[in-house]
Amino acid sequence: MTATPVATPLLTATDVTIERGGRGLVSGLSLQVMPGEIWQVEGVNGSGKTSLLRVLSGLSRYGYDGQVERAVPLLYLGHRSAVKPLLSPLENLRLHPGGEGDHTDSDIERALAAVGLAGFEDNLAGTLSAGQQRRINLARLYLSPCPLWILDEPFTAIDREGVLALEQRFAQHAQAGGAIVCTSHQPLNVQASVSRLSLDRERAA
Amino acid sequence: MNTLPTVAFMRRLLRRQLLLALRSPVDVANPLIFFGMVIVLFPIGLGPDPVILARFAPGILWIVALLSSLLTSDALFRSDFDDGSLEQLLLSPQPLYLSVLSYVLAHWLITGLLLALMAPLFAIMLGLAVQAIAPLVASLALGTAVLSLVGCIGASLTVSLRRGGMLIALLVLPLYVPVLIFGSAAVQAAVDGFSVLPYLAILAAMLSLGIALAPFAIAAGLRIGIDA
Repeated sequence: MTATPVATPLLTATDVTIERGGRGLVSGLSLQVMPGEIWQVEGVNGSGKTSLLRVLSGLSRYGYDGQVERAVPLLYLGHRSAVKPLLSPLENLRLHPGGEGDHTDSDIERALAAVGLAGFEDNLAGTLSAGQQRRINLARLYLSPCPLWILDEPFTAIDREGVLALEQRFAQHAQAGGAIVCTSHQPLNVQASVSRLSLDRERAA
Repeated sequence: MNTLPTVAFMRRLLRRQLLLALRSPVDVANPLIFFGMVIVLFPIGLGPDPVILARFAPGILWIVALLSSLLTSDALFRSDFDDGSLEQLLLSPQPLYLSVLSYVLAHWLITGLLLALMAPLFAIMLGLAVQAIAPLVASLALGTAVLSLVGCIGASLTVSLRRGGMLIALLVLPLYVPVLIFGSAAVQAAVDGFSVLPYLAILAAMLSLGIALAPFAIAAGLRIGIDA
């Protein structure tokens, strides 16, 4: 990666405070995500990882204090995979409501092959397993032109080989100047520096 | 970055909705079957006198069409909310105003237009005057588009509630009333031999107003629903 002298942050959070149901989850969090960085948000269940990612991605527009600035288009993959059981994997991605890029069928087939769904392109997604349905959603990581990825538990229901392939994709994306903010309970095994953000410490402080 | 043109994205959403409808034909048939079943009840309840039935036919046909449209509006954003598609739609770089318009258009094609096309069959069954059948189809086609727009507002406001069915009726039925008044009046005017064009013009004006304003309300409702 050729480092530009003055890199601008892709995502800037200033003094973000989140409360849910009277409990303070995040208080006064400031964060700058620069190109090439991978941030792993850690914390026990209920520590506010998903709430934080929803604020960072712009899905939660109220119910928090502070500023979040997103400088570039982002790709958000949440707990719910936006996969329609009545559409095939190919149709799911071709007609995706995310609408961030214009992909040809061969692009989509390549992405599906990359997540191990070659040969399943035309089966209805409802007939595939839970892990395979998650993989349809993850195929967007191979399609999306967005530099900033916000991923909520991307490894849920994915087998070990799948996780390895995803970690490689993460490193590739970071090297190309993209940035990733993700939550995961497993340690990320990526050939790139991973910054950790623990919400447990955040709350204790 | 190869961005997708907005028109292509709208076409994509429309195709998605229509393809999903095509894959679950029962959901498409439900409001039509409801329409037919309820209309069949009227001769049983009111008695088989053809004069009475013909007199009430414009109102009956319009009210039942309105209820069929209401019945389906609850499910409009439900599955997209449940599986996370709605989050993706809200985060997409495309203008939400036009995206929700695609949803409304799909809803109208699947329910309103089909109802309007099916209505002549039941109009003849109720003994509606022949010269009123074309105005019935025209007024239903125009009016159900307004109903779809209004129903979409209700659906967007109740999308995050598990049981929004009754609430949606309370929210949108008052807004359905003007459409019902001018819709059934158009058919009545045709029965009485007057011109239907003024009524259709008013329905078209409501439709124009709805297209201009409803998507803002729908988009705001969806944003609040996703945030909750």
